[in-house]
Amino acid sequence: MKQLLLVFLFLVILSCSNTEESYSPISAPLDIPEVFENNILPPVIPLDNPQTEEGIALGRRLFFDRILSGDGSQSCASCHQPQLAFSDDNPTSRGIEGELGTRNTMPIFNLAWNYSERFAWDGKELSLERQVLEPVSNPIEMNSDWDEVIDRLNAHPDYPTLFNQAFPNEPISADLVTKAIAQFERTLISANSKFDRYLLGEVSLTANEENGLNVFMDEARGDCFHCHGSPNNPLWTDNDFHNNGLDATFTDLGLGAITGDPTDNGKFRSPSLRNLAYTAPYMHDGRFDSLEEVIDFYSEGLQASPTIDPLMKKIDQGGVQLTDQDKADLIAFLLTLTDPSFLETQGPPN
Amino acid sequence: MINLKYKRHFIYLLSFLLLACNSKDQDDLLQSVVLNFSFEHFWDDTPVSNADFNDFKFTTEAGDVISIERLRYLVSDVQIIDANNVGLEYDVYNLVDVTAGEGLGFEFQDDIPLGTYTVRLTFGLDNEDNAENYADLNSANFNVPEMLGGGYHYMQFDGKFINSESAEQGFNYHAIRAVDISGGSPVFPQDTFFTIDLGTIWIGPSTDISIRANLAEWFKNPNSWELNELNSVLMPNANAQILMYENGQSVFSLNE
Repeated sequence: MKQLLLVFLFLVILSCSNTEESYSPISAPLDIPEVFENNILPPVIPLDNPQTEEGIALGRRLFFDRILSGDGSQSCASCHQPQLAFSDDNPTSRGIEGELGTRNTMPIFNLAWNYSERFAWDGKELSLERQVLEPVSNPIEMNSDWDEVIDRLNAHPDYPTLFNQAFPNEPISADLVTKAIAQFERTLISANSKFDRYLLGEVSLTANEENGLNVFMDEARGDCFHCHGSPNNPLWTDNDFHNNGLDATFTDLGLGAITGDPTDNGKFRSPSLRNLAYTAPYMHDGRFDSLEEVIDFYSEGLQASPTIDPLMKKIDQGGVQLTDQDKADLIAFLLTLTDPSFLETQGPPN
Repeated sequence: MINLKYKRHFIYLLSFLLLACNSKDQDDLLQSVVLNFSFEHFWDDTPVSNADFNDFKFTTEAGDVISIERLRYLVSDVQIIDANNVGLEYDVYNLVDVTAGEGLGFEFQDDIPLGTYTVRLTFGLDNEDNAENYADLNSANFNVPEMLGGGYHYMQFDGKFINSESAEQGFNYHAIRAVDISGGSPVFPQDTFFTIDLGTIWIGPSTDISIRANLAEWFKNPNSWELNELNSVLMPNANAQILMYENGQSVFSLNE
């Protein structure tokens, strides 16, 4: 018996020793919500950046760390604030030099289900990993130099170990920073709203919320579903690009500035309608402070232009002229897409 | 986007029984066959691709000048029927997305005797298939609201036309299962999916089947489509859906 115990201890020691020499990150597949599992395709996880516990933890720490900014004053979370569904409450965001950007901060959730993998309002970022690169070096955002960021991370007391655990035997690089943050961002999943529970048969909608859903799904009234999803597509976005009739002429070309195709001018990515309670102001330039203003715009404020989406109706009348009751009910429905639990579990690391 | 499900069934029971009696002979004749379906689009004789979109370059039978901005449609249920009326139905569907340039072809493989077959597909989804839940079509935002009976669009054809006041106006020529909701609950006056009959085709070990879709026919035959009258909110309009169904009959043919 004693001999058996000695052999066992030897094996345990050997096992520990091997672990230290070649640490393998622990796989951490996404926890896919039931309403997604039941209805839509699996999330997009790049083959060269699988989800791991160490990668996610590193990405979370980096996301909330001001070490990425030029003067150490801002982190990703400065604009993507967890308590606002990872958006902020400014029309456009202010960088470390105090200069305002031109776009409203997009919230961050359910990004792994963006099947086309075109990110940002204008679709200029062709993967979640690549999206992370730009804000760090953008002069009106974090205004940092990637080489200096890597130097700072290498000189840090914790990061070299954390990187080695997440990406063994690879030197710290911008590529690894983006991979880690993208892994963390893919874990930001929002699917526990009242409407999600309604889809699972756990709660009922009020009469006003039900009518709001009908307005949303009615081609003759809201006709929101053609661009913003449906109970069958609970992302509540098509992640596609549309000119929704905000302007007759464009100061911001949106997708058109990226593709160079004038027929794309004025097109922006449909944002998800989840968590609107936290993500005001609205639109790519944050021009609307309230949901009431947004609905009024779609109802009476449409502006004709050559690239306006043909799904926008009655443009010559400014829109579909919803009744006050339908407007109020539509907002009541939209607010059922609010997921308070999403705010509670996604803060900075301890 | 093709989805090839494992279900494959004989479409005629009598034929199945006859075939079963001759299964030994049939087995000897079976060969691996790959069928490659592709879709080419035209406006009458002019080829159309997404490079031609967003441009007022097409004129309908009724004289409306239009631009195409978005075109996606479903085909499903490939049928292969031999000279003895023995057939197979493949429970597949494919979303042809001309806008994105995706799903313009699909292929599948099976073991069948080489020979001449009548080949048919379904435009849209039959009612049984339309009642199923497809994650890929949901993800593509191709659903029909429950208030209209649910299921999926058969086609989403969006664009603009020059209206009678010489202004640009959007149109949404969306084909779905015809539905009447005037009584409050969905009632389905007639089926509006339809069969695309490609005629007889020699099927060898690798067979390319090119399908020609003449988009002008959606606005032409037998109903000259008046976009000034029928341009949007056509999904809850059962009469408009039946007109689309009638016009769709002449849209697809074998590209020879």
